[in-house]
Amino acid sequence: MALKMGLLGKKLGMTQIFLSDGNRCPVTVVHAGDNVVVNVRTPDKHGYAAVQLGYAEKPARLVKRPEMGYFKKQGVKAQRKLHEIRVPAEVAAKFQPGQVLKMSDVFTVGASLDVTGTSKGKGYQGVMKLHKMQGFVNGHGTHEFFRHGGSIGCRMTPGRVHKGKRMSSHMGTENKTIQNLELVEIVDDQNVLLIRGSIPGANSDYVVVRGSVKQDTYKRRSYEIKEQASKNPMKASKAGAGAAKPKK
Amino acid sequence: MSDVVSIVKAIEKKQLRATAFPEFRVGDTVRVHVKIKEGEKERVQAYEGVVIGRTLNGMRGTFTVRKMSYGVGVERVFPFHTPNIDHVDVVSHGRVRRARLYYLRNLQGKAARISEKKQAKDTAAPGADKAPA
Repeated sequence: MALKMGLLGKKLGMTQIFLSDGNRCPVTVVHAGDNVVVNVRTPDKHGYAAVQLGYAEKPARLVKRPEMGYFKKQGVKAQRKLHEIRVPAEVAAKFQPGQVLKMSDVFTVGASLDVTGTSKGKGYQGVMKLHKMQGFVNGHGTHEFFRHGGSIGCRMTPGRVHKGKRMSSHMGTENKTIQNLELVEIVDDQNVLLIRGSIPGANSDYVVVRGSVKQDTYKRRSYEIKEQASKNPMKASKAGAGAAKPKK
Repeated sequence: MSDVVSIVKAIEKKQLRATAFPEFRVGDTVRVHVKIKEGEKERVQAYEGVVIGRTLNGMRGTFTVRKMSYGVGVERVFPFHTPNIDHVDVVSHGRVRRARLYYLRNLQGKAARISEKKQAKDTAAPGADKAPA
């Protein structure tokens, strides 16, 4: 698994923009400026490498004394959010406490991102919404049993309900990561990233934006990266198939 | 950090058209000059039809233009602020009593005509000043 650098941010909301080809693109606006490097973890000292980032300044009246001591020791202003981002040791070595990160230092347009946030709370939910169970037909004699999950087990054997049986419970307010989202634009004057599609959480929730673990560049819109032409001569419609034709 | 809503609004504002369309409303016949890319070249194609609906939604607003093409009904939805439209001409103002003319889909030929407004109003009706045109 590739460990990539990321930033802390705040989800501001969704809108749409027009791309250079004139197509509309749904984007989430994420404020991700003013990230401060608070601490750097090194394998020698801590056993692993990571960058501890702080985001959103916190007024001194809200900071507890031990907390303030830590920020003072690191020589940075108090921050509302602290989060460690695991990176390879050689990447972590490039950062010093007190450094303020720009978005363009960490990300490039067209990169593929993973965004982690806390999903919206849905309250106590039944099995149909929570586990996508089918429920029952509304006719054929069904009564008072329309949204139930059906049987939850057997009789004498095993004489109990299996562990992990899906039942109704609280839904949402979980840590969720959406992988492989396209970074459409970096708006430097507003300190925001425009990320294609939706991300977890409500507006003005804190999120962690990281370089995608699966791929570096978002593939669907090829950013000067040409898709490999098919070598199969039968696929004549694909560009480059003719060149790959066997000589005969 | 500045206000959450204002940043999103500022981003939307950047997307708006520099030159506004002439004012048109539902029932009007318009000629939309659409930019079409063919390989490297770009040309402009006119698409003429009746505006059968519009959503006035700031930067996200769209309008729907319906026309009959070789006996087949065609509807295209255009965003008001898309860069793909060169310009829009208003051919005629129609007299209609509905905000969405979806009933035209069930009509053909003479029944699907819309009578022309005798005097095109220059003064905008209430709500029209918010039109993102």
